[in-house]
Amino acid sequence: MNLQTVAHINSFLAAFVLLTAFGMLVQKRIYSLIHLFAWQGLFLSISTAIVGYVAGRHHLYISSILTLSLKVILLPYILHVLIVRLKIRKEVETIINIPMTMLIGIALVIFSYHLTAPVRELSTLITRSTLAVALATVMIGLLMMITRRHAVTQIIGFLAMENGLFFAATSATYGMPLVVELGVALDILIAAFIFGIFFFHIHTTFDSLDVEQMARLKEGD
Amino acid sequence: MLLILLGTPLFAAVVLAFVGDRRFAPEVNIVGSAATFAAGLGLALEVYAQGPMLAGGKFFFVDAFNIYLSVLTSFVSMTTAVFSRRYMRREREHGRVGHIGMRFYHAMFQLFIFAMLLCLLTNNIGVLWIAMELATLSTVLLVSLYRTPTAIEAAWKYFILCGVGIAQALFGTVLLYFAAEKVLGEGGESLLWTNLSQMSDKLEPTVLSLAFVFLMVGYGTKVGLVPLHNWLPDAHSEGPTPISAVLSGLLLNIALYALVRCKVLVDGSTHSHHAGDIMMGFGIISILVAAFSLLRQKDIKRMFSYSSIEHMGIATFAFGLGGPIATFGALLHMLMHSLAKSSIFFTVGHASQMHWTQEMDKIRGLFKGNPLVGWGLMFGAMAIVGMPPFGIFTSEFLILTATMKDAPLMTPFLLLGLGVAFAAIFRRVQQMVSGEIPEYQKPMKVANVPVMLHMALVLVIGIYLPDFLSRWFHTAVELLK
Amino acid sequence: MSGFIIEILQVMMLIGLAPMFSGWVKMLKCWSQGRSSASILQPYRDLAKLFSKDVILAENASWIFRFTPYLVFSTAVLAGGIIPMLSTDLPLSLTADVIVLVALFAIARFFTALAGMDIGTAFGGMGSSREMMIASLAEPAMLMAIFTVSLACGSTSLSRIVEVIYSPASIVKPSLVFAFIAFVLIALTETGRIPVDNPATHLELTMIHEAMILEYSGRHLALIEWAGMMKLFLFMAIGAALFAPWGIAYAGAPGSIPLAFGYLILKIGASGIVLVLIETGLAKMRLFRLTEFLGAAFLMATLGMLSFFILE
Repeated sequence: MNLQTVAHINSFLAAFVLLTAFGMLVQKRIYSLIHLFAWQGLFLSISTAIVGYVAGRHHLYISSILTLSLKVILLPYILHVLIVRLKIRKEVETIINIPMTMLIGIALVIFSYHLTAPVRELSTLITRSTLAVALATVMIGLLMMITRRHAVTQIIGFLAMENGLFFAATSATYGMPLVVELGVALDILIAAFIFGIFFFHIHTTFDSLDVEQMARLKEGD
Repeated sequence: MLLILLGTPLFAAVVLAFVGDRRFAPEVNIVGSAATFAAGLGLALEVYAQGPMLAGGKFFFVDAFNIYLSVLTSFVSMTTAVFSRRYMRREREHGRVGHIGMRFYHAMFQLFIFAMLLCLLTNNIGVLWIAMELATLSTVLLVSLYRTPTAIEAAWKYFILCGVGIAQALFGTVLLYFAAEKVLGEGGESLLWTNLSQMSDKLEPTVLSLAFVFLMVGYGTKVGLVPLHNWLPDAHSEGPTPISAVLSGLLLNIALYALVRCKVLVDGSTHSHHAGDIMMGFGIISILVAAFSLLRQKDIKRMFSYSSIEHMGIATFAFGLGGPIATFGALLHMLMHSLAKSSIFFTVGHASQMHWTQEMDKIRGLFKGNPLVGWGLMFGAMAIVGMPPFGIFTSEFLILTATMKDAPLMTPFLLLGLGVAFAAIFRRVQQMVSGEIPEYQKPMKVANVPVMLHMALVLVIGIYLPDFLSRWFHTAVELLK
Repeated sequence: MSGFIIEILQVMMLIGLAPMFSGWVKMLKCWSQGRSSASILQPYRDLAKLFSKDVILAENASWIFRFTPYLVFSTAVLAGGIIPMLSTDLPLSLTADVIVLVALFAIARFFTALAGMDIGTAFGGMGSSREMMIASLAEPAMLMAIFTVSLACGSTSLSRIVEVIYSPASIVKPSLVFAFIAFVLIALTETGRIPVDNPATHLELTMIHEAMILEYSGRHLALIEWAGMMKLFLFMAIGAALFAPWGIAYAGAPGSIPLAFGYLILKIGASGIVLVLIETGLAKMRLFRLTEFLGAAFLMATLGMLSFFILE
């Protein structure tokens, strides 16, 4: 594979990562949301492996396998088990004003593009152009956590953000040092167990996973 | 010594995960924390004798800035462990926590200490991030320990908001690594703080300024700076009081520590006051917003959480201001606030257990009911609002002096914030300590050692700053220049 | 000179083949639903029947009502002269680019909507208002998709775009993929197919396009129907030209026109199959969900444009 082709394939994968991010932003069905998340992880993992191959950074293979096992297999599986246990498989969330959310998402992409401009100019890596997409994925994950009111969706937004960060590390620097990537993966794993416990707590306490009901702690009461 | 310092809490966490619900568990907790503290002191002596050092293949490093925070962290966690013995026992008698809850509580407490110490001692800014996230994760479930709707809500907020914030910090770290890789080459070496700080003037300024914005937002969320502070009052008020004490007294410090470490790199690269200005802005807004929010609080723990935001604002502002006096003041302020605030939370915990409420309107007659709690709260409040002769007066005085000199326009705002906070806290505390004993107040045994120890330290340092401490601070000031 | 001949050939082909394509789609649809179908030539017979009938006009019909069918028909014919269906060597294509194409469709739509309201019946007004609502959402998306393709190819002239995409140096780009998805969604909307509108329905609550032309009869109706068939054919041809330009003849190679014609028949025929697959696979959407559908189209087009700037 020559560099041109690889850059090309990588930009395709980046585009798909962005697409799945937008898909998650507006997807109402929790079940489909998990699928989208798994797809995003898959694109990410393939992209990491390709970059690792071309750049000759073999520790990226480990990162890629880590992403594959954690974000494509394990986390979606855990989420799947959780939503089956909590009997919310069919749950559909009401999202307020989808077109507006989309527009904000688009604005965020443009914002990220401008923000990463200095890095793009300085970088010589073939992946430099995907950094904007990575930051946009982070931002869209953030937006998702703000606009959604369901606990599971918020968590998926959080994990999507983490995906974006991982992608950013790969595209800006061919990946962080291995010890950092392993540590981050460990943190995500712990976070996964914590939110698993949380879902049960919230479900038993509030009888629903709608975060909207958690509004007792307000200022000035 | 360093490995003992880090290993002890980790080992204690594993042990307590199995025996955390036994009768002797609190004692194990205390012993573990005390051993950690001893190791911290030992390390401090080593550093005092030999100067800054690297350990574990450059993976850890100790200098004047982080050693004093490490000792502080291990000390406050030890006293908190002592306090939590009585406190948690009483909570358990009242059935607010079960078997698993206790095990969980003790194990997570030690894990939390481990995470904080790792944060302080690691040389790798990537690991710093990981440890920070670990510190958040280990406390999230402690905040929701009581499983009440409000506790779960607070913990969820804490989890989500800090998760969002800390993600920004990771992006900032990636950018930092990007800049470092150009100078230092790829691999773990380029994330070592000691390497970075030597080469900081070669790092690309535009990238570093960009990185700092993300780091500021990320770690700023954990420091609890306005407008990123929403999680803080909830998390601090809904969890068990020992956790509130360490969250307020220690975790905020650690986050600020991370921020300051990053600021040093950015300053070295940009040669401008850009990063400092951002920090000053966040700081002053935090002081003002927190001070005015203090006026509206009804819940005692919430009120003191806002006071933490205010004090973190002061320290951030001072670090942003830069200069030897302000930085010295900020370092002292971190130390003093941590001691005073955790001691306040100890007394507040007792006071609310005596009344079984956290509402300030219902807490009355502490002087008469339990003089130690009453006077402890009174002195704590006096210390925290910055009355002489307590140490916070010294640090705030230093910071004010530096402000008048370097940023005179900010002085009125700073004074306004301090004044409002003073009035707000004092008005409330006075009501609570004076008056007759209400009939629902129940006497209880209190843990008096931690409170007295902390207050004594705050008082002593306020009157006379020990020589070794001031020398450390001076070295740290040099480091942070 | 040969350009003009090709131009005329192309327009003749459009006028002549559009009903057959419509018949082909109907036939496929019948098959897919397990019904026996009418002949592929049935649309010609329908048109002939309509032409032989008298026009019945409402008393209050103004000139707009009478003028619209001719206008709609001629814009479709004109559009056929711009789109490189057989060859990129089109003289008209130099003066009229892809934005003109969008404007042509917009004019036809505008007058259809006016005519729908002209008589003053309830259905006509309802159809017009719905049509305009959809147009207001579909047109930005369509322009966005077109801009994306133009940016990626460096020109707004359709012939030029096709040449760039067809050149051996060109590769599949993310922006073009996004633009293509957006184009499919918009084409379904513009030609009034399921899931946006159902061309076969006269159910008052759901019809959009049919509601506007409810008052037409005789040759007027025939012209409008014919123009509709041409529009469907044109959209398939645009899709084929932009995203699968194999076989189109270059300028100065009039000899390859027959081959291009063969390719075109194949491509259009295949796109008919895809269309039927989409139509049978989906149910018609509720009118209020159309904003989401077209929002998705707009999003796709914008993502295409963004990925052009970011990734290429």
